Parts: sequence; structure tokens; C-alpha cells
Amino acid sequence: MTFWTWLKSLTSPPIFFVLAQRCGFWFGLISVPLLAYGLIGGLLLAPPDYQQGEGYRIIYVHVPAAWMSLFIYSLMALAGGIALIWRIKVWECLLTAAAPIGASFTALALVTGMLWGKPMWGAYWVWDARLTSELVLLFLYLGVIVLHQSIADARAAARACALLAMVGFVNVPIVHYSVEWWNTLHQGSILPKLGKPTLDRSMLTPLLVMLLGFQSFFGYALLRRVQNELLVRGEIQRG
Amino acid sequence: MSAVKAIFLRELRLAARSRADLAQPVFFYAMVSLLFPLGIAPHSGSLTLFVPAILWMGALLAALLGLERLFRGDLEDGSLEQMFLAPTPVSFLVLSKLLAAWLVLGLPLALLSPVLALLLGLSFSAAVVVMLGLVLGSLSLFFLGGFSSALLAGLPRAGVLLPLLVLPLVSPVLIFGAGAARAAISGGSVEAPLYFLAAIAVLCICLIPPAAAAALRNAFE
Amino acid sequence: MLISVRDLAVARGGRVLLRGIGFALDREQALHIAGGNGSGKTSLLETLCGLRAPEQGTVLGLESSAAFHWIGHKNAQNPALTAVENLRFWCQINGAGEDRIENAFDRLQLRAQQHRPSRELSIGQRRRAALARLLVARRPLWLLDEPLSGLDAGGVELFSELLKAHLALGGAAVITSHQELPAFAGMSRLQL
Repeated sequence: MTFWTWLKSLTSPPIFFVLAQRCGFWFGLISVPLLAYGLIGGLLLAPPDYQQGEGYRIIYVHVPAAWMSLFIYSLMALAGGIALIWRIKVWECLLTAAAPIGASFTALALVTGMLWGKPMWGAYWVWDARLTSELVLLFLYLGVIVLHQSIADARAAARACALLAMVGFVNVPIVHYSVEWWNTLHQGSILPKLGKPTLDRSMLTPLLVMLLGFQSFFGYALLRRVQNELLVRGEIQRG
Repeated sequence: MSAVKAIFLRELRLAARSRADLAQPVFFYAMVSLLFPLGIAPHSGSLTLFVPAILWMGALLAALLGLERLFRGDLEDGSLEQMFLAPTPVSFLVLSKLLAAWLVLGLPLALLSPVLALLLGLSFSAAVVVMLGLVLGSLSLFFLGGFSSALLAGLPRAGVLLPLLVLPLVSPVLIFGAGAARAAISGGSVEAPLYFLAAIAVLCICLIPPAAAAALRNAFE
Repeated sequence: MLISVRDLAVARGGRVLLRGIGFALDREQALHIAGGNGSGKTSLLETLCGLRAPEQGTVLGLESSAAFHWIGHKNAQNPALTAVENLRFWCQINGAGEDRIENAFDRLQLRAQQHRPSRELSIGQRRRAALARLLVARRPLWLLDEPLSGLDAGGVELFSELLKAHLALGGAAVITSHQELPAFAGMSRLQL
């Protein structure tokens, strides 16, 4: 079988279901040591920050969560485009399954941000560009979730959510570039495209490991949710 | 007569036949804006801080009133099916319909806003900036709101859902619009936010109609 | 062949209602699709004219919307506009001439009601106003969903005359109805 025919066969729900079962297991398995290493490395082993002392350590949850919130929305918008153009059921399920996970990561980023903001800036919340646009992202996720619940027919609901996700995608670059375009209180990016990272290597490594851990957890959670969605829709007959 | 023109004129004719429906958003806007100061301590000067937000949020809420029933009527009486079958692409028909809705519901709100701004204590130049901002901003509001209304066209009781979908999509418009008004009050530069509002409006006019057309087809199914 | 359907599967709301539908119609032929409520007649017709994507199969001959008339369950009559205004709007969005509108309403016996808002017309009158489209633009194929609903005996007779004339001039029609249609030569039946 060529690569393309194999790829195409994945769009059939039963084959995808089996693949998701296996891959989900591995994603879940790897996420445990990654998250463990990231947390221990970040919370215990990395040196304290020159300016903020121990308080900066929340970065190890806050930053990966924020990255995931943008990544998942982009994935959702992409899945929406594919589901609309080619009408593939598996991609529709990927879209609707990703929304709650993305919303949770966004909420996590916002909450950890608030907990960090109080000691660092003196306020739980400021209405600067990045925080506001991240909050808008949360509302976009919630809109997709609620829209999906409101439409009875699963396919029509997925297509409506796809359109909403795609129109709302314009917010993602706004969140990402908000620290560059506007004068904001929020600190600048840690990993600029060109140039060196602004974070020391000993602090950066646990951060990247946490990100990988979050990614593999996302993979596990997403695949399990897609399997669930396929079952609920009746695409898979469980013998 | 082209199809686009036909839709535009039909919407205007329908609006002329239900003038009471047209007046509702405008009255709502006036009422909400003028009642707001009751909640703020009088003569404290803090009102001026809130006036841009009041004028913009009031306009948005008033617009939502008019947007809810935008496509449902055509869906229910079968006119939408005939529009799908017409030779002109549905995106153009939707564009025409949204422009007509803006002209009839949105522009009056924008034209009323300087009066409300003056009543709420803004200077004349600030009131003009509010009006300009709302003319541009209401275009975007109506297109994004129309898109959300198209997504929900098939749902009988979508009431609370419409604001939930519209508000995140229009938040950039609100931010720039209120920003322009605040800049006018404090004497800063108003060109930048107004240019952004214009840019967003142009983007909406070009990109929203195909998305709304797809949403309508989906709602029909 | 004015319309040719092969191995069509029709779905609605995620459920497949019909499978393996196939037929072809030539000039002067009509097809009566019969079946009870919920059997999928409307969804089938919507799939034929392209309002609904088929789950499977092909429909040939209806690529251009100028090739057929579609009159659905609903009358496409905006309640606030008069019958004449509704029909004029239809002509304008379809690029059809408006000169035959007067005649059409005369033939359908709506001369007195044509200038009243649609909401003031009775159900049968609204149905006849919808049928007026058939007379305003000549198109070879008619796809009609429950055309007799709401019509009284006089209306049914009127419709039969229109259909007979249409078939005689070389047209074809696909009609769904749970009622019995007047019999014609060249009319076949598909029971769902």
C-alpha cells in the first residue's frame, strides 16, 4: 500500500479507532515520565530566578499551557477546514473532541497566570493585550463547545463548529503577536524565531520537557475523546 | 435587475413594512445608554471614563436584537431554498442581505450615537469620533453577527447563544472602537484605531459572506 | 434523458433514509414518488435538486438550476410581501422575465388576491401563488414536493391541467405526494 492509500484508509472510522486505541496508550504512557521530569526539574531542580526567586516556577505550568491553548485552536481550525472541504467524519470528531481539551488548557493558562500576576505585578488581572486576547480565546472555545451541544444532528453540528473555529482563528495570531504589537505588561516571548532563547538552558530544558509532556497528554486525551465520539455517533459497531 | 440588487431592495421593502421592528433597537440603545448614568455617582466625573464603553456595548446589544431573526424568516418560509438554487452564488446574496441589514438597523445606531455621546457629557469632537467609529464598527458587528445568526438559523430558541458566539468575534472591534473614543476624550491620536476599524470592516465584508453562506447551507440541512 | 439517477442514497440528520434509488426520465414522462410521512420523499427530492448532498450515488441532468423548477413543501412566499412581489423577486434572482406574471396569476385564479400580502391569503391560495412560478419560466423538468397539499378540488383540477400541458409540450416531472395523483399516460410510480 502506498503512503497515500494508507493515509486515506485512516479516515475510515473503524481503522482509525484501532489506531487511536494503540497510539493513545503510548501517548499516555510517555506523558507520565515527561510530566514527572518536567515538574521535578522545574519545581525542584532548576535554579531560582535572579529577580523573582522561587515564585517564577509557575512558568512550568503556565507557559506550556498557553502554548497548548494556541496549538490546539490551530489544530481545531485546521481540522475544521479539512472536515468542511472533504466531509471526513474522523476529522469532524477530531475537531469536536479537541475543543474541551483546548478550553481546559486555556483556563489553566489564565488561572496560573492570575496566580503569578498577583505576586509579580500586584494584580490578579490586567486588561492588557495578551491577557484579553487569551480570554477571548477561551470564549471562542466555549462558543464552539456550546454550539456543538445545541445542534442535534452530529454532522451539521460539526460543520457549524468548523466554520466558527475557522472564523475565530484570526484571534490566534493576535494572541501570539500581542506582546510584540502592543505595549503590554506581559513579558515578551521566550523562544523568539531568530536569536537565542531569553531563558537560561537550565531553566529551559524542564520547560520544553513539560511542553512535550503536555503534548503527549493531549494526544492521549484527544484520541480517547475521538474514540468516544465515534462510538456515540454510531460509526463503530462494538461487538 | 441583478439578483444582488433584488435582494437589497427586497430587504429595504420588508424593513419599510415593519417599521416598529426597526425602531426597537434604536429605542433600546437610547434607553440603555441614558439609564447607565443612574448607576454611577452623579457629578463625580467618573462617568466620562465609562461613556465609550457604554456607547459601544449598548450599540452591540441593540444590534444583537436585530440580528437574531435575520435569516430565520427566509429559512422558515422557503425563500432560502430558492436563493440556494438561483444562478448567482449564495455569497453575493448574503453580502447583499447583510449590507441591507446594516443600512436599516446598524447605521441608525451609529447616527444616534453622537447625540447620546453629547447627552452623556462628551465634547463635540469626541462625539464625532464615536460616530465614525460606530459607522465602521457596526459594519463589522453586523457581518460577524450575521455570520453567527446564520450558524444558528436552524435553531428555534437560540436566544442566549447568539451573544455568546458574537462577543468573542467582535471583541477586537470593541477594543479599537472604545480606544478611539478614549483617545478622542484624552486628546490622543484617533487615526490608528479608526484605521484598524476600517481594516476589520473591509476584511469582514470580503471574508464573512462565503462563511455565512456555508453556515446557511448547513443550517438548511 | 432529462434526469438520470443512479444508486442514490439519501441521508438526513445522520441517518440514511433511502438506498439504491435509480431511475431516468425522458420527455413527456412523469414519476410519482409515493410513501407515507417520514419515508424520505422530501429528502429525496432535495437531494435531486442539489439542496442536500447525496450520501452516495449520482444525479445527472440537473447541474444547471435553469434546467428545473423546484417547488418544495414551503411556498417561498414572504408573508409581508404580496404574491406579485414574491414572484417578481423570484424572477429577479433567477434572471427570468417578469412579463408573464400577470397571466400566470390569471390562470391560477388569483387575480383578486395577487396584490394582498401573503399572510392574508388562505393556504390553498398561497400554494397556488407558489405554483405560479411554473408558468412564468419555461423549464423542462419540474420537481414538486406535495404540490396538492392545501389545494381544494378546483385547485387539484387546475394543477392537473398545468401538468398535462407541461408534459404535452415535452416536459417531465418528478412529483412526491402521499395523496393519489390524477392518472396520466407516461406516469410511473415509485413507492418508498
